Order: sequence, then C-alpha cells, then structure tokens
Amino acid sequence: MGKLNFRVVIFALAFIFGVVFSIPSLVQSESGKKITLGLDLQGGLHMLLGIKTNEAIESYIKSLASTAKFELDKKDIVIDNIEFKSKSFSFEVLDEDEVQNALKILQNTLKDDKVTANKNIFTITLPDTEIEKVTQKAITQAVETIRNRLNQFGLAEPTVAKQGKDKILVEVPGIKSEEDKNRIKKLIAKTAHLQLMAVDEDRASRAATMSPQEAKRYGDIILSDVKNPNEKYLLRAIPILDGSMLTDAKAVYDQNGQPMITFELNGEGAKIFAKFTEKAAPTRARLAIVLDNKVYSAPHINERIGGGRGQITGGFTINEANDIAIALRSGALLAPVFVMEERSVGPSLGKDSIIASSIALVSGFVLVFIFMIFYYGIAGFIADIALIANLFLILAIMSLFGATLTLPGMAGIVLTVGMAVDANVIINERIRELLKEGKSVAKAIEDGYANAFTAIWDANVTTLIASTLLFFYGTGAIKGFAVTMTIGILASMLTAILGTHGIYQMLLPKIKKEKLGFWFGIKGVK
Amino acid sequence: MEFFRYKEPIKLMAKAKYFGMLSLLLVLSSWAIIFTKGFNYGIDFAGGTLIQVKYNKKAPLNEIRTALSKVEKYKNASVTNFGSDQEIVIRTKSSSSNVSKDVGKEIATILKDTGNLEIRRVDMVGPKIGAELREKGLKATFFAILGILLYISFRFEWRFALASVVALVHDVSIALGAIALLEIPFNLDILAAILTILGYSLNDTIIVFDRIREGIEKAKDVILSKIIDESVTRTLSRTTLTSLTTFFVVLVLYLFGGEILKGFSFTLLVGVIVGTYSSIFIASPLLMWLGFSVKEYKQALAEKKKRELEKEKLRNQFEQGVV
Repeated sequence: MGKLNFRVVIFALAFIFGVVFSIPSLVQSESGKKITLGLDLQGGLHMLLGIKTNEAIESYIKSLASTAKFELDKKDIVIDNIEFKSKSFSFEVLDEDEVQNALKILQNTLKDDKVTANKNIFTITLPDTEIEKVTQKAITQAVETIRNRLNQFGLAEPTVAKQGKDKILVEVPGIKSEEDKNRIKKLIAKTAHLQLMAVDEDRASRAATMSPQEAKRYGDIILSDVKNPNEKYLLRAIPILDGSMLTDAKAVYDQNGQPMITFELNGEGAKIFAKFTEKAAPTRARLAIVLDNKVYSAPHINERIGGGRGQITGGFTINEANDIAIALRSGALLAPVFVMEERSVGPSLGKDSIIASSIALVSGFVLVFIFMIFYYGIAGFIADIALIANLFLILAIMSLFGATLTLPGMAGIVLTVGMAVDANVIINERIRELLKEGKSVAKAIEDGYANAFTAIWDANVTTLIASTLLFFYGTGAIKGFAVTMTIGILASMLTAILGTHGIYQMLLPKIKKEKLGFWFGIKGVK
Repeated sequence: MEFFRYKEPIKLMAKAKYFGMLSLLLVLSSWAIIFTKGFNYGIDFAGGTLIQVKYNKKAPLNEIRTALSKVEKYKNASVTNFGSDQEIVIRTKSSSSNVSKDVGKEIATILKDTGNLEIRRVDMVGPKIGAELREKGLKATFFAILGILLYISFRFEWRFALASVVALVHDVSIALGAIALLEIPFNLDILAAILTILGYSLNDTIIVFDRIREGIEKAKDVILSKIIDESVTRTLSRTTLTSLTTFFVVLVLYLFGGEILKGFSFTLLVGVIVGTYSSIFIASPLLMWLGFSVKEYKQALAEKKKRELEKEKLRNQFEQGVV
C-alpha cells in the first residue's frame, strides 16, 4: 500500500462524515437530524391560501364604529344613521349641541384615523397606512390562528407560514384518511367569528320581509338561522361584543347528552355583557349568538347575567363541537381565507412513489456501477467508490440541513448517479490518452487530472447555474430537484476529482505498466 | 475495454453540412409543431384540477364518464388511464377556492356507484397561481440562459458562446417539439427537465469546446476543420460514455420511476440524445460557419502573451529602478 496523502485523507473523512450523518435518515432513527420526506412521498395536504383582506378592513371599520358608539354612549350622546363604506363610516349626532363634544371624544379615542364633522354628520376615514396595517395584521394573525388550530387538533408538525406578500402556506403531513383531511380543511376555513348581537325588537316582526337595504337604514342587519335558512333575524349591526373578548371555549354535553360549546369572556367582556343584560332584562329582549354570520340561538334575557359565561347550542356532532371550540379558543380569523393552490397526496400513493423511485435509484446505480468496472477496470471501480461517497454526502448534507426530499428530488439523485461519474470518465479518458502516448503511469495520472480540470470545472459551473436558478424560481416539489442536483454536483467535485486523485496517488506504487488492462481497461500499450 | 480506438481523426466536418440540414429540419418542424399545435399546458400553468383515482379492479372508464357528465362542474372533464388500467386521472379546467369544500370527497361521492375506489391525489391550481408559476418559470429559464451565456463568453471567445447557445436552442427546441407532438402535459416538472437539459447540453458542448480550444493552442495547423475533427474524435469516447451512463439512469427512471415522473424522464431522454448529438455535430461545425479563424485567434493569443511579457518587463525594470 502506498503512502497516505492529504487528498485521500480528506476523502476518507468526507466518506465517514457522509456515512455517519446519513445513518439517522437511512434507519429512520428517533434521534439525530433527518431528512424530512416531502408531502408527495409521505402523503399529506399542501395548500396556498389567499386572504380576503377587504373583509378584514370591513370588520375593522365595524369595530371602530362599535368603539365610537360605546364611547359616545357613555357620555349620553346619541347617534344614528350609521353608514359603512369601503374605507370609512359616517353617522349623525342627533343633538347638535353635542357636536363639539363628540368631536373631541372621537379624536381622542380614534387617534390614528381622520375624524371630520360636517355640521352634525361625522365621517371617520382610515388613512392608507392604517389600511396597510390592518391588512398585514390580518395576514400575520391568520398565520398564527391557523397554526394554533392545527396544533390543537393534534397533528404532527404542521407548517403554517406567510409566503410572499399576501399568501399563507399550509402543509400538513401524515393525514391518515379523507375524513381527517376534510375536518382539517373545515377547521382552517372557519373564520370562527363569534358575535353577540341584540335583536331589534321594535321591528322584529318584519324580519322575514325586510330588504337588506332597508335594514341598513335602521342600522340593522338580517342574518339567518344556522339550521333553517328561511328563519330570519333582524339584528343591530353593531355587535355588543365579539370573540376577541373570549378567554376559553370548551365542547361539553348538555343535560340531554347533546354536544354544545361553552365559552367564557374576559373581564371587560363580562362587564359589557352584564350591562347589556341588565338593560335588556325588563323587556325580555333577545340576544343572538352569532357564529360566522349564522344565528345559533337567540334566547330572551330574563335577568342580569354576571360572570361572563355563555353557551352555543345548535345540534352539533361532538367532532363539530370540538372543532368549533378549538377555532374559538385559537381566535377568529380577521378575514376569511380561500384556496389558491391545493395539492394533496394519499398515503398509499406516497408509498408507491417511494418504492418506484427507489427501484429506479438502485437499478440505475447498479447499471452504472457495473458498466464503469466493465469499461475501465480498477479505474472504474475507483470512480464507483467516489460515486458511493457522493450518494452518502448528498444524504448527509440534506440531513444536516433538515432538507426535504421530494419525488423530483429523488429524480435529481438518480440523475446525479449518471452525471457524477462524468468527471471520472473525462479524467480516465485523459489518463488513457497520456498512457498511449507513452507517458509513465505517475505522469499520466498527474497530467490527466490537470488537463481534465478546466473542462470539468466549466461543465459543473453551467449545470450549477441552471440548478441554482431552478432553486430560486422553482416552487414546491421542484425545489427539491434543484436541491439534490446542486448538492450532488458540489459533492462530486470533492469525491470524483479530489477523492479519486488521492486514491490513485496512494495506489501508485502498485500500478504496473504491464497490467494497464486491469488498471485502466486498455490493451496494447507498452 | 474501449469503444473507440483512436487511430486517426474521423472526418466529421466534411459531412457537417448534412447534419446541419438534418438539424435545421428537426428544429423547424419542432417550431412548426409548437406554433400550430401548441403545448398541452397542465394545471400548474393553466390552472385547474387533477384528481387521481385508483380502483381495486379495472377502472370502468365509460361509467366514470357518464357519472361525471351528470354534474355541471365536471361535464367537460377529461378522464384517462394513468399508468395502469386500474388508475385514472380526471382533469378539469376549473378550480374551487372554497377551503371547506373538498374536491376529493366530491368526486368520491359522484363516483361511488362505479366501484371500490380510493382518491390518491388531488392537485388544484387557481388561475392566479397558474399565472405566477408561468411567470416564475419564464424568469428561471431566461436567467439560466443569460447566466450561462455570460459565463461562457467570459471563459471562451464570443463565437464559442454563440455556437453553444445555438446548440442549446437546438436541443431545447427539439425537446419542446417532442413534448408538443406527444401532448405531454406541460407542468413544473417538464420545466425542470428543460432547465436540466440546458445545463446538460452545455456541459457536453463545453467538454468538446475545451478540447478544441486546447487543440488550437497546441496545433501547428491552422485549418480549423482538421483541429475540430481531431478534438471531436479525441472526446468521442468521453461524450459517448457520459451520455450512456446518463442515458441509463434516465431510462431506468422512465421505466421504473413511476407514472408521475414519466413526462419528466421522457423529456430528459430526448434531451440527452439531442444534447449529445448537437455538441458534436452542431456546436463544433458552427465554429467553422461563424468564421472562426485559427490564425487570428493565435495572433490574438500571441499578442496577449506579448503584452503580458512587456508588462512584466516594465515591472521588472521599474522595480530595479531603471526607468
């Protein structure tokens, strides 16, 4: 055996590194950094969600109106004829003497917004900065909320992240059944916007026939019953309070064994609730429990209710009640979300894809492995060793970065098997040429590597340019292809150029010129 | 073992114009196919919905079509076998943005009387994302070509760069022509394959060009066609071998890699064959056709060397304080 040299030492270290760090992924051990399988290989749901931000702005304007009314009510200033527009709302202050007073109060409470008064008609306009803020908040809050909901649902490692300026990426691996997938999608979609609203008892009898426009004129809104869409309720448009004042929600069974949801309000919510019920009790006015714009119940208020507890009944199944409770606990979405892209793969297809691509990888590898030995003799075998090291390095580097292996990623690895030996083919051809020219083995090897280098370098750089761009502009599973290709090329520079060079240098004393057929697969060279 | 035992250069350049004509014919017919027939854009770029369904027996295509035709939304859906006769894919141009409604469940309900089935995959791309993916794909291709062009111009003379880009356009055109001809759904994976062909085709061309450059610098001869013949012959083993190993693995991928990778590996198969052919028969003679002159190149090289030597001389004089 020849001398150790720095190249072979580096190669050996890289090989060991590759093997050690790819073990956790290969045996799927509990500990250690592992490659995660892409959703296309392990099955799961991938969604790109958009968000209806104008609805977030709409409801923000409503909540501003709610605050304004509450503050003015406290000073016994009565307002009416509230009108909502896309970026503003306006109302009348009935007592013209109170206009200056009202203006002062509003300017104090709604600092960020433009408050203007034209005689007794007030207009509150949201500046663009405020709209942008609300939009961004709706998105970040949606990301948080959806993440919370999925975590509480008890799923393994869901990913929820903001993507681009206004999209939300949701990835849920390991969904077992279509049924579960359905529940998860419903859970994500729920805006879970809980509102407690007063029934407009003065006009309640006309609820079924009134037009939405007319209702709007009275500051009312018409909503229908959750179970019977034909049953209409006429409600005051500004809610008494909403889900933001909720501290807890649970699914429980009532005395009849029917699933229902109980909720608890925070201090402020409880206070508002108590005040409202105190006012409503004498006339037995009704309070509607509204979830996502559907009325679940509208009980009469018989007495002041302190403590801030309430319940939602509506003939749920226990799964539904559970999911609604989760949604309420993790907070409402400020705006509803919608699907822009969805890809879901069932677990059986993922398994089939793993098997098929593994078969391709193994058979491709065996073909190339045998072919190289057949064509180049020992030189081919040395290239094969480099190829094995290369495969381990790809796995190790991917494991360390926790990269995701997708089906196109597997294709990238298969392709690397074919292309990584290219460097060795170029080198071996050069060595053969030099040997035929009558150079000594040592000289042929050194010059062979030197001559081959620029070509290999240039060729690899162009492939890297293509795969890097694919990584930056590619999406989803395709990114996985770029990842494995890039790592494969980089690793091949180490294994196929440096590693094999070291091996030759180490074996040099053994290589006899009479046996070039054995070593390099050429005959007839003296 | 050796495929090619180098004795003397194969006279390829003498026949180059026949290959040129063949390639021109292939490229022009590819363009004709692309422009008249167009691509069969898949849902990634066109938007739409794809549902893959597996039956536990032979899939009853007619019953499936009848069941789907009764539903307005799936009236115009296409139903084809996928990989085996037990599996089908249903494709529609529409997509739904409703999160809580599940397409898989919907299809399972519509098809419940057609047999025992399993929904294996649902891909749905909305129109906005389709447009976005299209834009990203075009950008990726554009920047890849630009980056590679810049790199080659920097490493080689401009005629080399131009010749390699023409070879590139040749390879990609023919691969795209094959995709259009066979109506393979054009999705993200096909784009990835095209970009891989970009890299691969250049890779191959560069190896040959590197040898030609080396040949020019060493050769006493100034006849380009002779140098090219010599260089191409010397790299023939390598070109064939690498193409063979790559071809092996891509073929294996095509045969065993599963139905989902079929389009991808098919595109690569075409690319590997055309890319290998073009680096020898198209890119190299293009140097000739573009009027590359060995004499001028050598003169330029000599002048460059002279300038460097003079610079060196000046520097030495300066350091010794002669000037």
